[in-house]
Amino acid sequence: MSRTDMRIFKYSSPAMFFPLAGKLLPWFSALAVLFGAIGLYLGLFVAPEDFQQGEVYRIIFIHVPAAWMGMFIYLVMAMYGVMALTFNTRLSAMMMEALAPTGAIFTALALWTGALWGRPTWGTYWAWDARMTSTLILLFLYIGYIALINAIEDKKRADKAGALLVIVGSINVPIIYFSVKWWNTLHQGLSVSVTSSPKMASIMLWGMLTMAIACWMYAIAVSLARVRAIICERERDRIPGQERIPRRETTAGNAVASS
Amino acid sequence: MLPVGATALDRSAAPMLLARDLRLERGSRAIFSDLSFSVESGQALVLRGSNGSGKTSLLRILAGLTLPDRGDVAWRGETMKALSATWRNAALYLGHINALKEDFSATENLRDALLIDGVHVAQMAQLSALEKVGLLDRRNVLARRLSQGQKRRVGLARLVLSLSHHPCKTFWLLDEPTNALDEEGVSLFTGLISAHLDRGGVACIATHLKLNLTSAVNELNLDAMAEVTR
Amino acid sequence: MSAAPHSAHPHEPSGFAVERGFLVAFARDARLAVRSKGEVIQALAFFVVVVSLFPLAIGPESALLKRIAPGVVWVAALLSVLLTLPRILANDHADGTLEQLALSVYPLPLIVAGKIVAHWLITGLPLALLSPVLGLQFGLESRELVVMFASLMLGTPVLSLVGAIGAALTLGVRGGSILLALLVLPLYIPVLIFGAGAVEQSMAGIDVSANLSLLGAILLLGGLVVPFAVAVAVKISLD
Repeated sequence: MSRTDMRIFKYSSPAMFFPLAGKLLPWFSALAVLFGAIGLYLGLFVAPEDFQQGEVYRIIFIHVPAAWMGMFIYLVMAMYGVMALTFNTRLSAMMMEALAPTGAIFTALALWTGALWGRPTWGTYWAWDARMTSTLILLFLYIGYIALINAIEDKKRADKAGALLVIVGSINVPIIYFSVKWWNTLHQGLSVSVTSSPKMASIMLWGMLTMAIACWMYAIAVSLARVRAIICERERDRIPGQERIPRRETTAGNAVASS
Repeated sequence: MLPVGATALDRSAAPMLLARDLRLERGSRAIFSDLSFSVESGQALVLRGSNGSGKTSLLRILAGLTLPDRGDVAWRGETMKALSATWRNAALYLGHINALKEDFSATENLRDALLIDGVHVAQMAQLSALEKVGLLDRRNVLARRLSQGQKRRVGLARLVLSLSHHPCKTFWLLDEPTNALDEEGVSLFTGLISAHLDRGGVACIATHLKLNLTSAVNELNLDAMAEVTR
Repeated sequence: MSAAPHSAHPHEPSGFAVERGFLVAFARDARLAVRSKGEVIQALAFFVVVVSLFPLAIGPESALLKRIAPGVVWVAALLSVLLTLPRILANDHADGTLEQLALSVYPLPLIVAGKIVAHWLITGLPLALLSPVLGLQFGLESRELVVMFASLMLGTPVLSLVGAIGAALTLGVRGGSILLALLVLPLYIPVLIFGAGAVEQSMAGIDVSANLSLLGAILLLGGLVVPFAVAVAVKISLD
């Protein structure tokens, strides 16, 4: 039984996807800039000042979309992971690898903006509330995945191992969130609830949604760029127009791998 | 149910191994590509090639431990999914490394291997197998204190018992089985292979040695294959 | 994973019993553990040492120690299990016997399950049995000690199960044990929360049955599902 290429979708072959990704890239970048501009305008200028928190609350226009994206990207990775394991498509695993850094960055950004929001508003950079703690754990999951696929030298094994890890992680995410929420209610010493957001005027919701879409477009654009780099690294010889880059010769002349 | 001691295999249900268009990549390099061969009942396939030519990888593909990037393996006409139950029942794989627990003695390692194979073998038969491979007086020594050659001989004992007690293991996959064996061990090994082939079994052996077998031996030189495909 | 073989083993008197794979693997690992008793005792010693570090670091004030006891004991148990995880698979991978297990006539998930249970028996169970003694050092009452024991009895098998996934994924990988910890510790967090939380609840006088049932449910689900995941991970690592 071999690793079957899925001929159902022509672009599931990395070499075929490479030029397509290149063509799509500028569009998503443009959409990201467009939505970002609109979202920031809505968030920074149109949305009214919050009567409790003043101007500081505006950081939620980055904080919340970033948190959403961190979560969303992990789920998308898990979906690709299922595809990678069941259909053995190389491209699915490559998309996972391309998405991971972006997801991690968004998660870290959510944590950082959460801290920046917390300090002036509730007096503390970090309060161990359910949402932030779950976000922190999500960051650990991302870091674990990235560490694993970088530690395994055989790319095929790394792909599949990473896929299984993310699938297991994504099943755990609701369990983790539920347990952290429970933990938080058990220890109600800290009465600060960072999750209490200002009452949502609808304009604020629109601002966050727009920013979320902007982040989403950005994530797609960046992942397309990254997956092109990954495809280049792995399958250089099959991509038309890329063979011109001379391959690095190993010192022994012909590469000798162990049998 | 076959009576104890029966070794003949039904030749009409002869095992036939067919590999089609096997391709294996490691990194960006294809170790072999479009590799096809067949092995008939009673035949041995000897794999030759330099280090790195893919002998071990090919054996692992045949054993079902590694998935090829393209192509498949069919056994008795049925395409095998990796590590399917049928395959596991029929194949006996002895890898490059001795699969021995250092903390078990030779006897215990042999018994462990048989248990994993799901075979009941009487104590006496196990002892006689150990005797046949020359390990009887070292049988209670922990594997960590056996020499390399002696460790290899525990594997030979498994082959001995496969011949006498495990007729469904028609498919022997052996990676450098004569490593560290002395002349006596090699001739013992050759005898076992011959007996296995005589009763209709199939053997794929990666080795540097010239085996003196009476039965038909096909050679597959992976270095030569590589030159063709590159 | 098909359980029906195409050829019967002539010397199996009662036909082919697939479940025996569990017992074969369990007995094998148990016997091996007896041969390396030193390793097992080392894990217990580690547990005791780590728990003792906290009073040394924080000070012997009894009220404070009592408050941190559940967390300290649980984290120490967690780290001790983490240290012993390579036992389950890495040893077999290194000496080549894991491949033989993968090629066994018995389905790999059953074999894996047997190994995990054997692992728990020599790591988690002793930790759970020892925990009341350590809890006494921290001034816990007998009712709380019972809850601590129960939570560890229910929780440590889950630690073995989830840890086995990490162990299987990192077989033979460089940077092994740190990487394993990085992968597995986030997944341990729910068990830690519910386990330590149960003891804290009992200290606060709240009924812990819901909490312990939750742990039990996780154990049940994990026991049914995780061996298959571990088997897949093993096959990926053997590829």
